[in-house]
Amino acid sequence: MTNPEAKDRILARIRSALRDVPGEERPEDVAVTRDYRDSHVSADIVDLFVGRVEDYRATVTRVPEGQQVPAEIARILAERGVANLVVPPGFPEEWLAGYEGARLTDDPPLTAAELDASDGVVTLAAQGIALTGTIVLDAGPGQGRRALSLVPDLHLCVVRSSQVLPDVPPAVRALVPHRPTTFISGPSATSDIELDRVEGVHGPRTLEVLLVVDS
Amino acid sequence: MSGEKVNVVWLGSPTFPNAAHEALQDAQLRRNLKHATTTIRDKRLRAVAELDDWETLRLAGSQIKDRVMRHLDEYLLRLEASVTAAGGVVHWAEDAAAATRIVADLVRAQGTDEVVKVKSMATQEIGLNEALAADGITATETDLAELIVQLDDDRPSHILVPAIHRNRTEIRDIFRREMGKNGVPAPDGLTDEPRVLAEAARRHLREKFLRAKVAVSGANFACADTGTVGVVESEGNGRMCVTLPETLITVMGIEKVLPSFTDLEVFLQLLPRSSTAERMNPYTSLWTGVTPGDGPQEFHLILLDNGRSATLADREGRSALHCIRCSACLNVCPVYERTGGRSYGSVYPGPIGAVLTPQLVGVGSSEHADSLPFASTLCGACFDACPVRIDIPEMLVHLRAKVVDAHRQDRLPKPEALAMKGARVVFGSPRRLALAEKLGALGGRVAGIRGGRWLPGPARKWTAARDVPVPARESFRAWWRKAGRP
Repeated sequence: MTNPEAKDRILARIRSALRDVPGEERPEDVAVTRDYRDSHVSADIVDLFVGRVEDYRATVTRVPEGQQVPAEIARILAERGVANLVVPPGFPEEWLAGYEGARLTDDPPLTAAELDASDGVVTLAAQGIALTGTIVLDAGPGQGRRALSLVPDLHLCVVRSSQVLPDVPPAVRALVPHRPTTFISGPSATSDIELDRVEGVHGPRTLEVLLVVDS
Repeated sequence: MSGEKVNVVWLGSPTFPNAAHEALQDAQLRRNLKHATTTIRDKRLRAVAELDDWETLRLAGSQIKDRVMRHLDEYLLRLEASVTAAGGVVHWAEDAAAATRIVADLVRAQGTDEVVKVKSMATQEIGLNEALAADGITATETDLAELIVQLDDDRPSHILVPAIHRNRTEIRDIFRREMGKNGVPAPDGLTDEPRVLAEAARRHLREKFLRAKVAVSGANFACADTGTVGVVESEGNGRMCVTLPETLITVMGIEKVLPSFTDLEVFLQLLPRSSTAERMNPYTSLWTGVTPGDGPQEFHLILLDNGRSATLADREGRSALHCIRCSACLNVCPVYERTGGRSYGSVYPGPIGAVLTPQLVGVGSSEHADSLPFASTLCGACFDACPVRIDIPEMLVHLRAKVVDAHRQDRLPKPEALAMKGARVVFGSPRRLALAEKLGALGGRVAGIRGGRWLPGPARKWTAARDVPVPARESFRAWWRKAGRP
């Protein structure tokens, strides 16, 4: 399907367009001044993360590591009426001890229709970004493939405080590029109607974040 | 070009002054635009003010883009190698026709005749939906605003919020009228509340997402070193499209390549704050080729030229390719605010459209595109707002000169060319200048007495939309001779 002649012609046109660039110039010779800030955060990053996630009208619950985690997960799921929960492989079993509803595991892979019929999904995260109130998923253990955290209408995401990074540059550098990665900043939203922000279009309309404070 | 027509401009579009004249008569349009642009302008200023190193970030963004453009051939080859190594397939398309043919063939190969689409400027530019329709393939836009425009068989008027020209009541009417003809109908008793309208769109599209076998997207960036492609969005329709179908086809302008994955640390700060004025947009998806067991198992990346290599050849116009499609320049532009996007008759409206469109189609090749560099007051607000420091005002002046040059051999040269010729005669000698000043002052008095604000002859067209200030009774040079010496 690929068209080698088209490729050659495009590259030839580009090279001819760039005749003013000296032949010995390497890409690295074009200066890029990277003296922007590594982080804009000086305050407590966990407090900031919570505040910024809440700015997007997501709900954040803070709990210490330990017994309260399963209790809070059970409470949130019960309050949201979740009786049919998608649980990705690798999600800590002990954290679901208080949840009594049905579980949907992804083995064999759930169909899009099955995910659509569920009440919600619980996942871990890869990292949090304090300044922007962002949760990053990278399909690692306890997060599942991307569809799991996308199709259900409620996403309960458990983030450890030690996973929260201050700002975008350190977060980008901590990513593993080849992993399918999703940045999530609040529930899905649109401003397409008179630039009036509405939460909840195609992604999960409810985002619950449980922040586990580990020492 | 290989002789195929680029599709950047809408065929049969009137020139900007004519289209703008019509748009300005539409009071509803002007109200919608004013509301929308002022809202987003204020929000953007607040979002940008939060970062005290904004200027440093802009500079880095501009330098990274400069590096890419000066070595575009090398970066594209690196990108191709990375994407291929990660299990993707790279295609090269010289123009709109080639790109749409590749997409249509890929869709056919999957044995389907429908695709879901993420909002993408590149696919709009190549007229993909129309080309696929001609091939019997239905493409459904899944961005809310694009859906509104598509259901209404309308044209987008803004890069970021394509239905900015529509208010909520108009949108409700479009949904009531059209949704049923294209799938799940709008619910009974649909109101014009944005929340209710968004819910109707969710129901209408969900069925299509769950069924789709092929999705088509654009790309906000692609990292040459890793082959990672990214889409930045708000609604989750982008995530649906890049995650659920078996096959993903991404159409990307060749200028969207970034040297390295870590460059995202700059653009993920610049783009959301400039476009939707948020600290971060709700969703950003990054994928690298194909991941077994997660998302599409077939990934095609189409690298689109379509006038970009020609744009690259103009050293002074080249940096129009730095654009990251944030639309900040539209929102701050006094011309855009009054005329709206459709007056530009191009997929790329506003200040960036005024410099990009004529270059992509070629200066001198379309009367309509040639009118766009003049659709500006040169106030400079667009440069200040641009997150990658594209000097749009400077480029507009450069392109105006190119347009005038391109028409020098016409039977009737551009009035600007005649005016400049006249100016050369007048400014060429102090005596002639003094005489012109005297005549000007006299003419001004005559016009002033008659209460008129017009110029005669061919200049009348210029004064039809502008007031001519009455020239001073005495020129500065005359005054200086009398009283100027300290």
